[in-house]
Amino acid sequence: MTAPLLSVEGVTLQYRTKENLVTAAYRVSFNLFRSDRFVVLGPSGCGKSTLLKAVGGFIAPTEGQINLNGANVAGPGPDRVFVFQEFDQLLPWKTVRENIVFALTTGRKSSRAQAEERTMHFIAKVNLTEFASSYPHTLSGGMKQRVAIARAMAMEPEILLMDEPFAALDALTRTRMQEELLQLWEDTKFTVLFVTHSIPEAIRVGNRILLMSAHPGQVRAEINSRGTDDQDDSGKLLSARIHALLFGGEIQEGVASHG
Amino acid sequence: MADARAVPERPEMFYSVATAGFPVVEKSLSAWEKLYESGVFRKTALLIIMAAAWELYARWLNNPLLVPTFSATVRAFFASIKSGALPQAAVYTISMLLKGYVAGLAIAALLTALASSSRLGADLLETLTAMFNPLPSIALLPLALIWFGLGAGSVIFVLIHAVLWSVALNTFAGFRSVSPTWRMVGQNYGLSRAGYIARILIPGAFPSILTGLKVGWAFAWRTLIAAELVFGVSSGSGGLGWFIFERKNQLLIADVFAGLLTVILFGLLVENLIFKTIENRTVRRWGMQI
Repeated sequence: MTAPLLSVEGVTLQYRTKENLVTAAYRVSFNLFRSDRFVVLGPSGCGKSTLLKAVGGFIAPTEGQINLNGANVAGPGPDRVFVFQEFDQLLPWKTVRENIVFALTTGRKSSRAQAEERTMHFIAKVNLTEFASSYPHTLSGGMKQRVAIARAMAMEPEILLMDEPFAALDALTRTRMQEELLQLWEDTKFTVLFVTHSIPEAIRVGNRILLMSAHPGQVRAEINSRGTDDQDDSGKLLSARIHALLFGGEIQEGVASHG
Repeated sequence: MADARAVPERPEMFYSVATAGFPVVEKSLSAWEKLYESGVFRKTALLIIMAAAWELYARWLNNPLLVPTFSATVRAFFASIKSGALPQAAVYTISMLLKGYVAGLAIAALLTALASSSRLGADLLETLTAMFNPLPSIALLPLALIWFGLGAGSVIFVLIHAVLWSVALNTFAGFRSVSPTWRMVGQNYGLSRAGYIARILIPGAFPSILTGLKVGWAFAWRTLIAAELVFGVSSGSGGLGWFIFERKNQLLIADVFAGLLTVILFGLLVENLIFKTIENRTVRRWGMQI
């Protein structure tokens, strides 16, 4: 077996509020390999976003280690690019094109001409060529997320970190964006660490799913997905198995099955 | 018996959608409606009405020592421009204002940098602002006269005081309100500290910074005119405030009004040309302000 691209070993994450010290994640371990579509799935409050921020280098673990290519993660850097849930992640004072060019010229120190060319290539990939000179506030939520994804991919990070990037979109747009993401993955086989609270999204997007329980976040299971809600040998649906692992006991029809 | 709250049964209905023959889909507005849409037109109309009201009232009052007519004011305005007294005063005032404004901005930048880099710096800025912002700059003039003498130094000192606090306070508040997402995006790119401030914090806080610049400009302008009224002559020339004060002593009331008109004109010019242009090219275009 090859060495993992990212290894998270016994990581505990804590943060301070005005009154309390909160443990968001407790001794979480997992490995991520190149070209993985690794999904972290759990209910709200399981510390999955905090975990992603720790991988991004925005938060230092109180215990354990996060290693990228064998080197300890010490801070934010352009080798791990974030795609956030918020629509305001594009800088409003730059056009779509300038947003990506700015990321490329500061992040990777590539030349202006190269950056321009790459930018247009990736804008075309997410079908936004005609909006290249638009300012972000004139775009719809889905378009903004597509620009954010194009920007992140153009930077060619070791890992793409996606923090519920489609959660604020309407159901139809979300489904289309999931398909587009998989299409892009077929093209370039990038590595992505994807956080979500939606079971169908996890099954669809991920090839490997880390299930986390809440308060504090702990790893419950790590399972495989082939992109569809398959039945296992005993005839149980994958979504049903995930539901049982996350919430325990009998599953009710229709719970947490939004898309 | 049927339940009174039962929803009535209705047949399903289908309609065909028309493709032509609507009364109005899109039609261009009439010339008058278009004109009325223009802010410049509406404001100009208001100004004309106010000038007319002034003219009528002054004629009815018929006392040029109290209120000269609008036409007399305009005549005095052009006569003073022709004689060179008004332009000279205006140039003097503006150059003084710019010196004080720029110095104030520089110190504000320094204070904001200090405040952004440490908690103690932030406490310092907040405390200083709370102490000095409510203090009218002109109240410092007597003290400034003792410290810096009867000259440009004193005026610049009070101007700095007028500009500094509103600019520093607004800039700092703007920095603090920059969205955490933009901050993380900036850190994610691996920007240097200076690059982070110049390319994330300043544009992100620009609506607040612009407000600070505007308020600072207005404070400086008022303070300067007031300071010039108190003492106008320094090294042989006086500004607009002195122009007004001097003409009042000579009972040239139309000239006093012409001086005031100049002050107003400069205010309108800076607000509507300079600040409006900056606003249109930045925060409005970026959709950060409507």
